[in-house]
Amino acid sequence: MNRKLIAAFAAASVLGAGAAHAEITVGVTLGATGPGASLGIHYKNAFQLVPKTLGGEPVKYIILEDGSDPTNAGKNARKLITEDKVDAVMGSNGVPSSIQIAQVAFEAKTPYLCLTPISLPPEKYHWTFVVPQTTELMMSAVAEHMKAHGVKTVGYIGFSDAWGDLVYKAMTQLAPDYGYKVVTDERYARPDTSVTGQVLKILAAKPDVVVVGGSGTGGALPHVALRERGYKGTIYHNHGTVNAEVIKVGGKDVEGAIAPTGPLIVPEELPADFPTKAISLEFTKRYEDTFGAGKRNAFAGYSYDGVLILNAAVPAALKKAKPGTPEFRAALRDALENVKNVVGTHGVYNMTPTDHNGEDARARVLVRVDNGAWHLLK
Amino acid sequence: MTADIVAWLAQDGITNGAIYALLALALLLVFAVTRVIFVPQGEFIAYAALSLALMESGRVPGTVYILLGGGALAAAMEIARAVREHALSRLPRILALYVLLPVVIAAIVWWAVPRKLDQWLQILLVLAMVVPLGPIMYRIAYQPLASASVLVLFIVSMAVHYVLMGLSLVFFGGEGLRSRPFSDAHFKVGMLDVSAQSLWVVFASMVLIGALWLLFERSIYGKALRATAVNRIGARLVGIPANLMGQLSFLLASFIGAVSGILISPITTIYYDTGFIIGLKGFIGAILGGMASYPLAAAGALAVGLLESFSSFWASAYKESIVFTLIIPVLAWLSLRSRHVEEEDE
Repeated sequence: MNRKLIAAFAAASVLGAGAAHAEITVGVTLGATGPGASLGIHYKNAFQLVPKTLGGEPVKYIILEDGSDPTNAGKNARKLITEDKVDAVMGSNGVPSSIQIAQVAFEAKTPYLCLTPISLPPEKYHWTFVVPQTTELMMSAVAEHMKAHGVKTVGYIGFSDAWGDLVYKAMTQLAPDYGYKVVTDERYARPDTSVTGQVLKILAAKPDVVVVGGSGTGGALPHVALRERGYKGTIYHNHGTVNAEVIKVGGKDVEGAIAPTGPLIVPEELPADFPTKAISLEFTKRYEDTFGAGKRNAFAGYSYDGVLILNAAVPAALKKAKPGTPEFRAALRDALENVKNVVGTHGVYNMTPTDHNGEDARARVLVRVDNGAWHLLK
Repeated sequence: MTADIVAWLAQDGITNGAIYALLALALLLVFAVTRVIFVPQGEFIAYAALSLALMESGRVPGTVYILLGGGALAAAMEIARAVREHALSRLPRILALYVLLPVVIAAIVWWAVPRKLDQWLQILLVLAMVVPLGPIMYRIAYQPLASASVLVLFIVSMAVHYVLMGLSLVFFGGEGLRSRPFSDAHFKVGMLDVSAQSLWVVFASMVLIGALWLLFERSIYGKALRATAVNRIGARLVGIPANLMGQLSFLLASFIGAVSGILISPITTIYYDTGFIIGLKGFIGAILGGMASYPLAAAGALAVGLLESFSSFWASAYKESIVFTLIIPVLAWLSLRSRHVEEEDE
């Protein structure tokens, strides 16, 4: 054994020992209360199931509650970074909250794994990595399905908030490529007791299909109202609507609803060679074992995938610096930008400097409500 | 815009307006008797609607825990007062009212839930759970401060609202629920297709408004409520107990809220926080009526329902803004008119 090799061994063992002491800290802010609670609860639940090590190192998760309030989310992010010296932040369950956190992460130079599909000016993406599929990616599955069925006109009704805007924007951006026209832009709020006016306006425009830009059980109200008024066309939803509760609320009326979603909603029905099948199936099973049958949802998967992406990036960063230092955060950011083929519950992530989401068509499937449950649309 | 669209929108507006009218009356009643701006009014809607939906799916609604806990807290406060005033003879009554009654109601609910009773019996149980929350709430939060200023009482209302909304999220969860309609029937009226449920809403609202009118005109309690509303000190001088009147007005408010919740829960998805926005629209209705006259408040609430319905057709993204903007001209008009009254106060 020559000297060089011994020195390398010694260095490696010292480095290894040093790294073993270093605990990685991940700061999380989520809103399990407030208007976004129905999503936030799931996001938060997932942190009971995440790995206890990242890249082989022990990890501590500090989870703060922001009440679905963007100001609180921003404050929490700042507190996590300055007081708890976290190595990365994750959160939150609303687009406005996530935009706030992205701003804080940008200023404080800390990697941020964003758990909602936000869009930022390109330079602001430097520290931000968006886990969920972009709305365009998701809605392109809907657009493909509409094109295959010769749809020419689309009626739109969505939430009167950022989510409603995002889905509308995606539908209008995809329109020229898929040969349809969006003929209405109606809006409603989740606690509204009636959408009669909006539905009448859509019926007057006689669209071939309708796209609903709501989320959770909020997607049921316009769907039911359209059916009650005798609308016969297909009604599409978005990935925010896919859960069991919306079927409970909508009952018979939501039969036949089509929506894009991540593969973890229907892992049992995926073809055997689907890249995420194993991990989607495992996560869904663990989640339902812990939180009850039928509780599967996309949101918990985003939290989980965020942690998996970190897990893939941490080893490269550990080679450069110790956790808890600005150098480690910078190294982690660089490593996150280069993770390849991270198989998550939602899809396969391949980050690049210009693509901080890294998902492709493998991250979406279409599902339809048949006999009171969401099933893979083949 | 064709005639049938106008008819559709009008029908929708009247259905919602009927609910807002009920809430406007309850808010006005509570304000007149206790000077409380009753922000948590909407919570009764959510509690009743969600409790009903949960019972229908065979689960014990968390409302029973809120009832038991609230009752115990109120009993503790009453007992502390009785001990302080050396009036231990009040104890049996206190225990019966704040402890025994909630326990009995809770026991019946636990017994009834797995048996999936008839819908009407479930509705009665929901009323039994939600309505006592009104007087209990008054006892805990408002009675100790009954003579405070309107502003202090308003701040208490905000606090109570947040506490109840938080409890609601804990017990009912973040997703919305919907209960079964009383009947699936639809009637063809001309070109309109009227659902039996919306007729139920309008019919029940009219019956309730009529019953309230009878209460105020014919019963001794109703007259005592009116007397307290006109002049609190005068009412006390002639022997009307102010605390009892406060509890009575809260009882009526929680009853009206619970009935509203039960009526609309089959029409729409109710979330743990839906009640607030519905209550707020009732409040706009009451303000449109000048916060003084019952018929004007009901008319104001109906106008809110219609405006909401028509603006959701024309400019759905701005619907709430349009509805809430309504109060600015009304408040401006009211404050212009009432200037000399304020001077008198000072």
